[in-house]
Amino acid sequence: MALDKYGIAKRIAKELQDGYYVNLGIGIPTLVSNYVPEGMTIMLQSENGMLGMGPYPKEADIDADLINAGKETVTILPGGAFFDSVESFGMIRAGKINLTVLGAMEVAQNGDIASWKIPGKMVKGMGGAMDLVASAKNIIVAMQHTNREGESKLLPQCNLPLTGVGCVTKIVTDLGVFEVKDNAFHLLERAPGVSIEEIQSKTAGKLFVPDFVPEMEA
Amino acid sequence: MNKVFKDASSAIFDIESGATLMLGGFGLNGIPENLISALVQKGASQLTCISNNAGVDDFGIGLMLKTKQVKKMISSYVGENKEFERQLLNGELEVDLIPQGTLATRIAMAGLGIPAFYTPAGYGTEVAEGKEIREFNGKMYLMEHALHADFSLVKAWKGDTLGNLVFRKSTRNFSVAMAKAGNITIAEVEELVPAGEIDPDDIHVPGIYVHRIFQGKDYEKRIEKRTVQL
Repeated sequence: MALDKYGIAKRIAKELQDGYYVNLGIGIPTLVSNYVPEGMTIMLQSENGMLGMGPYPKEADIDADLINAGKETVTILPGGAFFDSVESFGMIRAGKINLTVLGAMEVAQNGDIASWKIPGKMVKGMGGAMDLVASAKNIIVAMQHTNREGESKLLPQCNLPLTGVGCVTKIVTDLGVFEVKDNAFHLLERAPGVSIEEIQSKTAGKLFVPDFVPEMEA
Repeated sequence: MNKVFKDASSAIFDIESGATLMLGGFGLNGIPENLISALVQKGASQLTCISNNAGVDDFGIGLMLKTKQVKKMISSYVGENKEFERQLLNGELEVDLIPQGTLATRIAMAGLGIPAFYTPAGYGTEVAEGKEIREFNGKMYLMEHALHADFSLVKAWKGDTLGNLVFRKSTRNFSVAMAKAGNITIAEVEELVPAGEIDPDDIHVPGIYVHRIFQGKDYEKRIEKRTVQL
């Protein structure tokens, strides 16, 4: 069965390592913070100016002066720090963030990503996504494998305006885990019960399938 | 030296139509509420507004969009404002969308006296069109210019009569860099104290950057997304 958004987040959480500084985008990526393995210390960065972002506050602890990059009320954990946007993107640009997880509308087999604009339709802006993907060394995309029309989001090349070029290293979708290298999507794992045939039929870009593809651990 | 003004409308006495403004804040977090209200009241129009976001329909910069005072927005993300999207798609509003880190750093460079810098953000995208591209150590970068403004409008938690500013929690965001980038910087604070009361170690923006300061009132501090632990 294909993964739901929680399943995707749970699988991405397995990529975390103790001591990682991590930036999680809005949507499915944010859910990854719910699955940090016991005993592991992860520092979440929120690009509006915070390290050590904590969970949502209890009603009584809501503070209008404390939000995350998604403009949600949050808390800060012991050992956290506040800073300004210049410093926030300085640490991103300087490669201090160990892992960046973000959503996408399209990913190309060469690692290009499109995530910010649908010409004539959506004009929201790129926010911090272009800065993040241009500088992060370790970028995981969390997304559905196909769009609402059922078309593949893993493509030979992106059709929508790009957010960044050749930057995505890994993709976790509802159907599987893919490494992006050598101009192809390399299937590493498939979601429980999802066949290789289904993944092949829903992947428009070049797909490399090794002889043995393990099922994701539940 | 007197930097202290009695309120927002007296502090913006010389902001005329056609001015370029920087407005601090991230979403509705730490925005200069009093100064925005005063601008709406004054009615200065044809403004170019540099701000990470454009507020929501009925708060923040959204209030100035409703009154059609804004000619151009320079922002990184404007997705929370339907009126903005409507004006943009109708061609009533110009917009320049800039990657958030590039926007922050362009503003910071103005305050540092550096005319331009190189950043990898946007390389290979439409953001790079028309810009100088240069390779450093095998990686491609775009040249981006410092971003200046006639007036910077920021809101801090506490300030003193010499213009020293202290921010609270996540409200530093764009406001620290903007305070340093304005030809004239106007700060509104929740609490205005006599010079000497703030520990010099605690100051986020030294008063040299701040030309006018006043104690704001009736802060609403609207929350965009009220999320709580279940």
